[in-house]
Order: sequence, then C-alpha cells, then structure tokens
Amino acid sequence: MRASFPPLLRRGWPGWVDSFLWTVRIAAIAVLIWGVAGTVVKGVAGEGPTAEAWRDLIVAGIAQGAMYGLIALGYSMVYGVLGFINFAHGEVFMSGAMVGFFVSDYLWEIHFWDTNFAVSILLVFSSSILTSTLVAIAVERIAYRPLRNAPRLIPLITSIGISFFLQYTFAGLFGVAVKNYPPPPDSLRARIGFLGIEIEGTKLVVVVVAVLTMAGLYLFVERTRTGRSIRAVAEDKEIAALMGINVDRTIVATFAVGGAMAGVAGILWALLFRGVSFHTGFLPGIKAFTAAVLGGIGNLPGAMAGGVLLGLFEGVGPQLVLAGLGIPGVSQLKDVVAFTALVLVLIFRPAGLFGERLAAEDRA
Amino acid sequence: MKDQDTRRLLRWGLVAGAVMTFTAAVGMLEAFDDRLLIRPVLSLGYLIMLWFAPVAGYQATNTPVLEGLTRPPSGTRNVAAGAICGLLGGTVLAAFTVLVDTFDLRGVFLPFSSRLVELLTYGLGVPAGLLFTALVPAGLGLVGGTLHLASASLRRRLILASEWVVVVALLEQIFTQVLSRIRLEALAEAIFTLRALEWWAALGVAALVAVISERSRGSLAMVRQRLFASDPRRRTANSVWMAIGVVVFLIVIPQVLGSLLSEVLANVGLFLLMALGLNIVVGLAGMLDLGFVAFFAVGAYTVGVLTSPISPRFAFEWSWWVALPVAIAMSALAGLLVGTPVIRMRGDYLAIVTLGFGEIVRILFLSDWLSPTFGGAQGVQNIPGVPLGFTEVSGVDPEGVLYLAFVFVLLSVWVSWSLQESRIGRAWTALREDETVAEAMGINIVRAKLNAFIVGAVLAGFAGALFAAKLGSVFPSSFELLVSIIILVVVIVGGMGNIPGVAVGAVVLIGVLGGPQVPGLLAEFSEFKLLIYGALLVFMMLRKPEGLVPSVRRSRELHGEELTQDAWLDKQGVLAEAGTATTEGAVNGR
Repeated sequence: MRASFPPLLRRGWPGWVDSFLWTVRIAAIAVLIWGVAGTVVKGVAGEGPTAEAWRDLIVAGIAQGAMYGLIALGYSMVYGVLGFINFAHGEVFMSGAMVGFFVSDYLWEIHFWDTNFAVSILLVFSSSILTSTLVAIAVERIAYRPLRNAPRLIPLITSIGISFFLQYTFAGLFGVAVKNYPPPPDSLRARIGFLGIEIEGTKLVVVVVAVLTMAGLYLFVERTRTGRSIRAVAEDKEIAALMGINVDRTIVATFAVGGAMAGVAGILWALLFRGVSFHTGFLPGIKAFTAAVLGGIGNLPGAMAGGVLLGLFEGVGPQLVLAGLGIPGVSQLKDVVAFTALVLVLIFRPAGLFGERLAAEDRA
Repeated sequence: MKDQDTRRLLRWGLVAGAVMTFTAAVGMLEAFDDRLLIRPVLSLGYLIMLWFAPVAGYQATNTPVLEGLTRPPSGTRNVAAGAICGLLGGTVLAAFTVLVDTFDLRGVFLPFSSRLVELLTYGLGVPAGLLFTALVPAGLGLVGGTLHLASASLRRRLILASEWVVVVALLEQIFTQVLSRIRLEALAEAIFTLRALEWWAALGVAALVAVISERSRGSLAMVRQRLFASDPRRRTANSVWMAIGVVVFLIVIPQVLGSLLSEVLANVGLFLLMALGLNIVVGLAGMLDLGFVAFFAVGAYTVGVLTSPISPRFAFEWSWWVALPVAIAMSALAGLLVGTPVIRMRGDYLAIVTLGFGEIVRILFLSDWLSPTFGGAQGVQNIPGVPLGFTEVSGVDPEGVLYLAFVFVLLSVWVSWSLQESRIGRAWTALREDETVAEAMGINIVRAKLNAFIVGAVLAGFAGALFAAKLGSVFPSSFELLVSIIILVVVIVGGMGNIPGVAVGAVVLIGVLGGPQVPGLLAEFSEFKLLIYGALLVFMMLRKPEGLVPSVRRSRELHGEELTQDAWLDKQGVLAEAGTATTEGAVNGR
C-alpha cells in the first residue's frame, strides 16, 4: 500500500502501468468536470431536474447512505479484527430484514401496527437485531473459526459460499417472492420541515436512527471493556492474548456487534423500500463494502462517512454527471456509478478517504 | 477421556439432527420425493435427508489415530455409540415434526405443510409415525457404527458399493442410454422402472462393485506405473497411444450418448473452457477474480454483434471464424483494461473490484445508453452457427457443438499446459507463493500478473464466442455474477492450479448439478442448485481446500508440515488404516 503517488514516468512495464493509471485519474476528473458542467449548462437553460427534485435526490441519497454506513460498520470491524472481507455480511443484513417482515406482518394483521406504531417498530427492530446477531455469530462459529490461520483468500472464498448458502436457505424457507412491509402511518410518510427544508418523515427517521446507532457503537468501542478488547485484538491478536484477552470471545463480540448494526440497517431498508426478498442482501452488501473502503477500512467513523458519501454519489451522481454527458436512462446506471466509485477510490486513495486502521500484519 | 467421548457423541448426534432437520425444513425432502431412486424403498428426498445419519454414526466413535498410538479396539461400544448418535438425531427430527404438525406455520415457512409431516412420519401420521421418524436414523446410525467392526478392506468395499448404487440410480439416464445404444434395451428396461433402480438390481450392482473393487485393487496404480515409469522411448510411444485413445474415445462418445446427454456434455465443455481460463488467474497466479464473466460476455457480444444479420448497429454478417480473432482481441483488451488498475491491489480488494467490473459490464450491456449497439435487455439475436465447410454447427446440433467444444477444450488444455510448464508459468507459481521473494528473484510482477489476466480473459472470450454460436442469441442476463461464482466453485472443487482437477470439477458440477441456467443430469436439483454450490464451497474450504484432484504443490502449500507427516505415516502404513481421521482430527483439535 503506497501512501504517495508514484513518479509519473519510469522505464519499462511498471512505468507503463503508472502512466495508464495517471491517464485513468485524469480522464476520471475530466469526465466528472465535463458532466457537471453539462448539467449546470442545462440547469441554467431551464432543462433538467428542478431544485425540489435535486433536494429529494440528495435527501434520498443521504438516507440510503446512512443505511449503507451501518452495514459498512460490520465489514469494517470484521476486516479490522480478522483481515478478511466477510462477503456474507449482506445476508446477515437480509436475514434481519426478512424476520422483521414476518413480525411486522403479524402486528399488522392483529391491528397493532397502526394503533401503536412506536411499540411495533421497536418490536420489529429488536427481532431484526436479534436475528442478524444470531446469524452473524453462527456463521463465525461454523465457518470462520476453523479458518483462523488459513491463507487470507480462503476465508473470503468461504464467505462467498456462506453468502449463497444463506440466500438460498432463505429462499427455500420463506419462498422467493418479494415481501412487502406494511406501510408506516401517514404522519410519518408526510413531509416534515427540518432545518428549514421539507423532507419525508421516513427518511428523517432513517438518518436519525442511523446516527444514534453509530454514536452508540462509537461509545461502545471507545468506552467499554469489550470495545477496548476489540481494539486490542484488531491491533495485534497475539499480544492481546498475552494481555489476558480472550481472543475468540472478542471476535464473537465483533461479529455480534456488526450483526446488530446490520439488523438495524435491515429495518431502515424496509422503511425506505418496503420490499424484501432473499436477494435483498447482495447489492447493499457490496455497496456497503465499497463504503467501508471509501472511508478507510477499520475506521468506524470513516465507514459511516463513506456510506453517506456513497449514497450521495449514487443518488446524485447519475443525474449530475452522466446526464450532463448526454447519456439516456441514467437511473439504470446507479450501480455503475457505485462500482466506478469503488474502482476510482482504490486507484486514487487505496487507504480510503479518512485512512485505514488495520493490524500490523494486514497492512502489507 | 470418557467425558470427551460423551461430548463427541452428543455433538455428532446434534449435528446429524440439525442436518436432517435442515434438509426437511428447506423443502428438499418434499421437492425430491417424486424422484424414486431404488424401488420401492428409497427416494431422492429421503436419501438427501438421511445420508448423514450413518456418516454421523460412523464418525461418533472414529478416534483419530496419531503417530505412535495404537488404534483402540472396536466392538459393541462403537455400534451402541452409532445407534445412540442416530437416535439423538432422530429425536431432534421428531421434535421438528411435532412442531410442524402442531403449529400452522405455512404462512411463514412455505415448506411446512401437512405433506411434509406425512413424509417425515412415513405416511403414518403423528403419534404412530414419530417412532419411525426417530428410529430410522437410529438404525442408520447403528449401521454406521457397525462399520467399525468390519475390516478395513470390507469397509472400503461396502462404502464403495453403496456409493455406486447411488450413482447408478441417480445417473440412470446415462446407463439406459448407453445400454440401449449397445442393444441391451431389455436389460435397461428390466433394472430401471420409471427412472428408479429395482431393489434386486441395486443389490446386484452393489455385489458387482464389491467384487470388481477387490479384484482390481491396485491395478490402476500398476497401469499408471507401466505407462510412465518406463524408459523415455517407450514413454513417448505410450503417450502417443494414449492420445490416440483419447481422440477415439472423444469421437465415439457423442454417438453413444445421444443428443440429450451430448447437450449436457457440450455445456460442460463450454464451462470447462472458462474454468481453464480462471484456473490460470486464480489457480496459477493466485489472484481471486470474481468478475470473470465480464470477459465471457465481451467475447459473446463481439461475436454476436459482428455475425448476426439483425445486430442493432453493425450488421456485418461476418463468418464466425472471422469474428473469432476480433472477439479474442476484444477480450484481451478487456483483460488489459481491467487488469492494469487492479494488479497492485491487495488480494481481497482485487476480488471485490473485479466483481464490480463484472457487474459494470453487465449493467452497461443492459442499459438504454448502449442499447443501440447491444440491444439492451433483448440482446443480440439470430447469431449464426459455426460454419465448417460442409456443415454449420449451431445449438440445434448438440453433437456438433460437442465435437467443437472437445477441439477447443483440447486446444485450451494444451495452451494452459504449455504456459504452466513455461518460464511465465513458473513466474506465476512463484508470485502466488510469495510476491516479495518472487520480485527479489527478478520476476517482473506487474508483467506476470497482467499476462495471467490477459490469458485468462482470452480463454473466457473464446468460450463466449462459442457460447454465442451455440445459443444463437446473447442477453445480459446470461452474464450474471452467478456465472463467475459457479466457475470459481468448479475450479476450487476440482483443484486449483491443476488441469485434470478442473476438468473433473466441471464434469461433476456442471454435468451433474448443472451450471447457471443450464440443467445438468440431475435437473431436479435446479431449485436447490445454488444452495448446494454454496454448501459445497464452504465444505471444501473447511475440509479440503486443495480440491478433489489436488495439484501436489498446492496441497503442500496449504497443509505445510502436515503433509510431510502424512507421507511419513503413509510409509509406516498407519494412514491407510486411519483413513481421513488424521487430518480431521487435526482440524477439530484446533
């Protein structure tokens, strides 16, 4: 991992690669500027989205990004502690959302959902958190613990297997149809004035819940005994063990906390999109990983910031950059923007925007 | 010691219960019950649910024998342990049955129907049938425990015989087809009724296998020794004969198999081509590429766009052979473009970024933006087949596609083989094992990695070109991430970095289970295919990361000293007795 950029020209193949990467960097910036300029020109001419449409795109981007950030925390913590990408984390998120659906559906049927929404949503949150935490712990125990000292690609491949296994287990158990959460009450769906701008109530709830959860996690990791052992294990497992920390238990705690965050995110997803299926976990999972890398892997506030940034790229990027280039059907290219962001971050700043925090042996 | 035994018994019993309950809960028992394997006793559903009981019964008292220890005597203790372990599992299953029967959970869990209860209680209903629910696994666990009493050779023969019975019953299509081609329809009709093996025929197959395995023991090794360990001149002659034999076999086999099986085998060939490419990237150079399908898509779309008369932008109507070099060039270019930014990244970042590239390529092919060229969701249609002078090979002629696939696979095997044995192949192995050391030895890492990426991409593009001609149309939905993952599973299950291993992986997985969107011999599995792929991937990583047919170097890397110890034990003749117990003990003990 290089911290500084390599010299522009060097002889031979590596030099060729460097010039290629420089070309990519310059081209990316050029495309970005060109696209934004195109959109601005259009905006001045009175074409393109209105100011309200831009505001909605930005708010939606931030809300979705806050959810990505919560999922990203799980990736970031596991990567920080064990040094591998837990590909199955997206499915941990999906499992919470799925179980939450059945709880909310039951509450809807007994007419508890519309009369006591606050209690219901708390129940749904706790069921989702419980499920996701249990799934995360079970996966760690069954699949990852035997691989503690394996070469680093082996747990990654295992997690891909787990991801597919969980997806199709859920498909087998609950069917492949998309399940729609009952609608939140009208008061929540209406637009609320917030800091002088009108935004949708659910999106505000999503952002507030995400920020509170994040703050709670930050306090947990910084202030509690378990949090301190998580940080110690992330720094150096062997020395942590010598200091009397139960490494296995700490790793379980890491997975549990990451799973709980994913469980919260599962319900936030439901509030934003309502539909859940066994496929739901996959794309948010990859994007949350992108967010974790964007913020610097192992860096918890970074993961949250990376999530919000990615949500904004994804929400605003297609309209802002691609539409300016004259590309039709830009909303289809949302995912392309997210993945391109991942590639560009890794080319421009592989350690993320806010710096990564990894154990010594993983910094290679 | 005693305490440890009890704990192990409990663990295996509960694992057995969990596995059986899982297969029933996820819906496999119901879905596969229609497929009878052995008439009238065993259906595929019951096989999938119950197979683990005897395994658990055997494992519950299978003590790993370590160096210098003598094997504890086996006796009634093992049998009782097997039975208890099975009973424990059966009890869990019975509890599950009661749960499904008492509460109506159909609204949440789709498979929890009254039919599931009926199947679990063997048609006897809840109070009476529960006895069987618990006792059948107990009986099977007892059988597993009893295996300890048999001598090593008898045990081997019994296991082999039961494995073969299952294989024959499962792959009934192949056997009926081959039997009818060699004018033995009568025999086929006698032993198979409605795709199920008759019980007496099953016994016959078992007896046959048991006898043959005893007779032919060690003869394979002898043949191999005779082929390879003679003087160089003889060896050349032998390999020429072998090559001729292989070619004759490949020419004859589509004729024997008929078009349905040829279709399956042609798909195997197609995926094998891709797997050979991925094998270079993952197996030799050690870079985990999860977006491999992108190159396949580039090859397929290039051929489609250039050859189809109704391709949206360029209706060049080129011949396939003219489009092929372009397709290869395009996929090589794609390999270069994807490879250059990623080669300096950490291994796991590389995996995710290549995955991102794979998705980017698919979404772009699907998008409105590029649909004037690539046709969006409709894709490119009416792609002509491969002209061969006297005939044109396309999807309607599975035998033709199969011959073509054979030729291309042989070509790719030859290319991979020569690359592997060349200077660049050694460079790949070196950088997979230790990048820093490889660089210190004067290997140009960047160049070696880019080469691997490009060669892999070219092989995938080649497969894509054939795929376009075979299918006659290309859609974005044929190039989902699943394809990359399935190819990865093929390479890993077969044995990373080992060409015969990859071939075995492709035949077993694509041929039997089926690939993405293409059914294999067991078309019944389609619904649960990916569940099985996922489970298989995890199992292989935990227990046998080097694959079914491992490359020697790879397994040495993964097992380190364990292997040298195994070699020593092998020489002492201990390992043959202990079977896989040693390695499993080592894994569990960690």
